[in-house]
Amino acid sequence: MSKVSRNILSIAKLSIGYGSKTVANNINFDLEAGMLCGVVGINGIGKSTLLRTLAGFQPKLFGNILLHGEPLEKYISNTLSKELSVVLTEQPASKNLTVQELIALGRQPYTNWLGTLSKEDRQQIQASLDAFLLNELRNNKCHELSDGQLQRVLVARAMAQDTSLILLDEPTTHLDLFHKVQILKMLQALAHDQQKTILFTTHEIELAIQLCDRILILDGKEHPFGDPCQLIEKKHFDSLFPSEMVQFDGKTGSFKVNK
Amino acid sequence: MHVSKTYRISFIFLVLALLCSWLLNISSGSVSIPFADILSTLFGETPEVTSWEYIIWDYRIPKAFTSILVGAGLSLSGLLMQTLFRNPLAGPFVLGISSGASLGAALLLMGVSLFTGYTSFSFLGDVSLAIAASIGSFLVLLIVMVVAQRVKDTMALLIIGLMFGSITSAIVSVLAYFSSAENLQRFIFWSFGSVGNLSINQLLLLGSIVFVGVLLSIISIKSLNAFLLGENYAQSLGVSLKKSRLTIIIATGLLAGGITAFAGPIAFVGLAVPHLTRQIFDTMEHKVLIPAVMLYGAILMLLCDTLAQLPNSASVLPINAVTSLVGAPVVIWLLVRKRKMMF
Repeated sequence: MSKVSRNILSIAKLSIGYGSKTVANNINFDLEAGMLCGVVGINGIGKSTLLRTLAGFQPKLFGNILLHGEPLEKYISNTLSKELSVVLTEQPASKNLTVQELIALGRQPYTNWLGTLSKEDRQQIQASLDAFLLNELRNNKCHELSDGQLQRVLVARAMAQDTSLILLDEPTTHLDLFHKVQILKMLQALAHDQQKTILFTTHEIELAIQLCDRILILDGKEHPFGDPCQLIEKKHFDSLFPSEMVQFDGKTGSFKVNK
Repeated sequence: MHVSKTYRISFIFLVLALLCSWLLNISSGSVSIPFADILSTLFGETPEVTSWEYIIWDYRIPKAFTSILVGAGLSLSGLLMQTLFRNPLAGPFVLGISSGASLGAALLLMGVSLFTGYTSFSFLGDVSLAIAASIGSFLVLLIVMVVAQRVKDTMALLIIGLMFGSITSAIVSVLAYFSSAENLQRFIFWSFGSVGNLSINQLLLLGSIVFVGVLLSIISIKSLNAFLLGENYAQSLGVSLKKSRLTIIIATGLLAGGITAFAGPIAFVGLAVPHLTRQIFDTMEHKVLIPAVMLYGAILMLLCDTLAQLPNSASVLPINAVTSLVGAPVVIWLLVRKRKMMF
């Protein structure tokens, strides 16, 4: 099999931003099926903008975004919704939905005009409930859930949408260490077991190094991309933050505060 | 969306309640008619006093059906707006849409004669009143929608709706100042709200408007459900935002505008009924909520109209006042009890 055909997402010379204001330039990377990729970088560097551009919420400024080899803007919304799902930082508008109702909304691209669920839809919803340990919470309202539980519900909804690419904007914010690790482990399992391509933005660089197959560093210049170990070897993490404040220790893959 | 429970019993209960309140509604009025005679007249017999037949068939039954259309339509428009604006306080009255309809009606009832010199209303049919009010509400709805895109803050949106109310009432005052006493009276009576006095043709027209509004709502069920997650999520689920939003706005404009044109501005039904419905139907699925709010709204409107009728007395209270007296405490009660209004 040729290498090109395995690429789910190919980004070349991408510029992102708002109108005349460019946020980041010349982003290049490719993602294959089954890869978990973290996007790291300091606040305001353009992580969310990149995600919003890839999700089609805002137009790119320049370059190419290829999904399955096709330009993203060529997809019509209904086809795209079967190939790309998102988990955003914004809360669901109505928290009066039950866990199961919210996850079931992920099946909308597949249901008829009234939204009737087929047997396959129900199986997929059940699989998502199981994968994210939500079975016992299925009839709870979303406003009754903790932050960690709600995050799992939102990711489970994306899984129910059954797309080859899942984009997540900061899925680990507001969570404690245990729940951060839990959600990232679940994402890793989803990517590896079901051959989903998952791209998420995060500030948890140390966790990303341990769990991701690929990391994209947005640094405002070269935007290095690759295997976490290679990125460490090439000392790409060292210049991520001002070195007088924090330093990266390549041996342990962690940051140390300068005292 | 998955409906975990069936709501068959609740629906049966609501349909029965609707039937009872309909019977209650047509058996009360300024002329006291024994219940047995009402029933026999309904089944085609001629009652003891022949004028009763006329009263029942030509006055009370059309009025009862108007109440049903008005209650069901306004409640549905409230539900649509609460979902579209993701705001539990949205409703045709709060967002200034009823004010828009009032302005349209005022411009027609008082403005046309003022600017053109015509004093007779013979050429102004019911259709033009319906169109004027619908256009008024539709325009306000569009403006509110544009503002809602820019202002994400829901409080700001409600304040803008209030401001619209002030602007329209100011324009109405100016019109009223220059208007002739006769035209002014027409407008004042219209603004009290009334579900009586509709001819069969008017009733049919109102019925068709509500029917189209309901139809548009039904084809929007899927996008309404997706909007519960927010617009970005809805878009990622394949919902065409522009098209769905426009469909929902047209449905709301037709429902709120058409009803306001014929029955006058009726407060609180659109806001309160969706919340009352959610007390029984604990779901956000619009497939369930749409028929439920319509039934609930029809029942509430029939009961309010029965109250307005003041049993066995010739006086009729303005229906707008009655719905406010019933609706406002309900909203307060819901807020106090649940601390937080959710949709």
